[in-house]
Amino acid sequence: MAMLEVKNLGISFGGLRAVNGFNITIQEGELYGLIGPNGAGKTTVFNLLTGVYKPDTGSIVLDGKDITTLHAIDISKAGIARTFQNIRLFKNMTVLDNVKTGLHNKHEYSFLAGIFHTPAYQKVEKQMNEQAMELLKVFELDQHADTLAANLPYGEQRKLEIARAMATEPKLLLLDEPAAGMNPNETQALMDMIRFVQSHFHMTILLIEHDMRLVSGICEELTVLNFGEVLAQGKTADVLHNPQVITAYLGE
Amino acid sequence: MGKKFDKTAKSNAITYGMVVVAWLVMMALQQAGMLSSSTVGLLVPVCIYSIMAVSLNLTVGILGDLSLGQAGFMCVGAFASALFTNLVQDSISFTPVRFTLAILVGALVAGVFGLLIGIPVLRLSGDYLAIVTLAFGEIIKNFLNILYVGKDSHGLHFSIKDTMSLGMEPDGVVIIKGAQGITGTSRDATFTIGIILLLISLFIVLRLIQSRDGRAIRSIRDNRIAAESIGINITKYKLLALTVSAAIAGMAGALYAHNYNSLAATSAKFGYNMSIMILVYVVLGGIGNIRGSVIAATLLYVLPEKLRFLQSYRMLIYAIVLIVVMLFSWSPKARDFRERYSLKRLIHKNTAKEAE
Repeated sequence: MAMLEVKNLGISFGGLRAVNGFNITIQEGELYGLIGPNGAGKTTVFNLLTGVYKPDTGSIVLDGKDITTLHAIDISKAGIARTFQNIRLFKNMTVLDNVKTGLHNKHEYSFLAGIFHTPAYQKVEKQMNEQAMELLKVFELDQHADTLAANLPYGEQRKLEIARAMATEPKLLLLDEPAAGMNPNETQALMDMIRFVQSHFHMTILLIEHDMRLVSGICEELTVLNFGEVLAQGKTADVLHNPQVITAYLGE
Repeated sequence: MGKKFDKTAKSNAITYGMVVVAWLVMMALQQAGMLSSSTVGLLVPVCIYSIMAVSLNLTVGILGDLSLGQAGFMCVGAFASALFTNLVQDSISFTPVRFTLAILVGALVAGVFGLLIGIPVLRLSGDYLAIVTLAFGEIIKNFLNILYVGKDSHGLHFSIKDTMSLGMEPDGVVIIKGAQGITGTSRDATFTIGIILLLISLFIVLRLIQSRDGRAIRSIRDNRIAAESIGINITKYKLLALTVSAAIAGMAGALYAHNYNSLAATSAKFGYNMSIMILVYVVLGGIGNIRGSVIAATLLYVLPEKLRFLQSYRMLIYAIVLIVVMLFSWSPKARDFRERYSLKRLIHKNTAKEAE
């Protein structure tokens, strides 16, 4: 069954049709790429999927559940997590606290339990710490647990953002230009990590990327957006040899 | 991981310890008769404004929203608790119980106002929020200035005109007299109670920051969009922080109301000047630094009082001190200096020398 099924998605800002008739079907466990020239509407699609914008037309179905009209918070609870093109961490919080905030909706204790440190608080906090440290270990960030997120090197910040997204235990992970600003070595490490996340968590991943080495290296299927509309869709190799895609985006 | 917990716990313990030591020292000096009566008069206000600074730091430093109406919540807490004390004066004669209840009433009513004001300002942030909270603070103060409340055998009477329009029986007593406010409230506030309330405020705020709710509040401060993307309920946690902050300010208000013979909603005590004063304590103490708020509030409240001998030059000197402190805490050379001569370094050096 398809993990994500989007049909005829569209949104206008004033007179501008930013996304129009966007369709995509992503199978469970698939690594899917969304590419296209600047301003094609890729990030707008992410914002539509995560409830930041409400679509004018179309429907979004995640794992059989219609999430088209849900609020961003409920979409997160339904199982979509994302990272951002310009990293958005909780910079003045520690690495551990960043991930624990990601675990927020997985655990609960009352306000008063938090003030009086009741046994319920002790138990839940211990669980949260263990889970967060486990995730940090997976992403090799455990030695930085007490560091402020703002003080992490750039590449590690990208990793932490993914770790925080994974803490919400999503069904679908959206990565917005994860390799932006990385050198070839860092990009290679990132590719390995994305593949690892896919296999280790059996995660369905949709990513936006401009780095064609990364896209052709790890994406199984691609959708190319141009001026808000789907230009081409299919297996990565086929799409990258599509003459229309070459003219519009890749160049000769 | 464990190390970090120890670090926070240690830092919190230093904060509590600092307050307790200050209490012990002042009590000892007072017992020894070494404090002038004017200094004794400063003790409770120092507690009041420290609590105010801690409460405002929750909004400004932890939630990250600029609020200029904190004195308004203090005003609500002061009037609510003073009204309560005057109403139950005869029925509850045991002071500790009455005062405890009065503080709770002050905190509760201020908390409700915090919640009510929080709802319309949810969509605002930055300068806009500052302007609206400033206006709310002024509205509260001005409303209390025209409010008349009286009590007779039929119960409570309210008016916003004058004493006559309360329409009371001949046996009625006017409790809140418009601009004159409430007079004759039992003066139950002591330095010890002030310190206990300060410790309670610190306890609530410091524990809140480290809890699940606190992480959610801090995540909104650091990045609202990211917080929403991981499912943090922005509305809920903003309101929680604003309500707790207002309730603590209400507690400070209750302490204030029971420290003086008369309570009136004057501009000097509850207007925007006072709100900004408290913001100055928070900023100079360090935004988000709860211990700093207590230290800054104490020093900056005592300083102008001690400068009274300078008469009209007093506020001039005070302003210069503020500017110097601001420059000192941010200039790179001053930071260097502080790091080189910090207490921690000195202790380390000494132990290193001893080891040799």
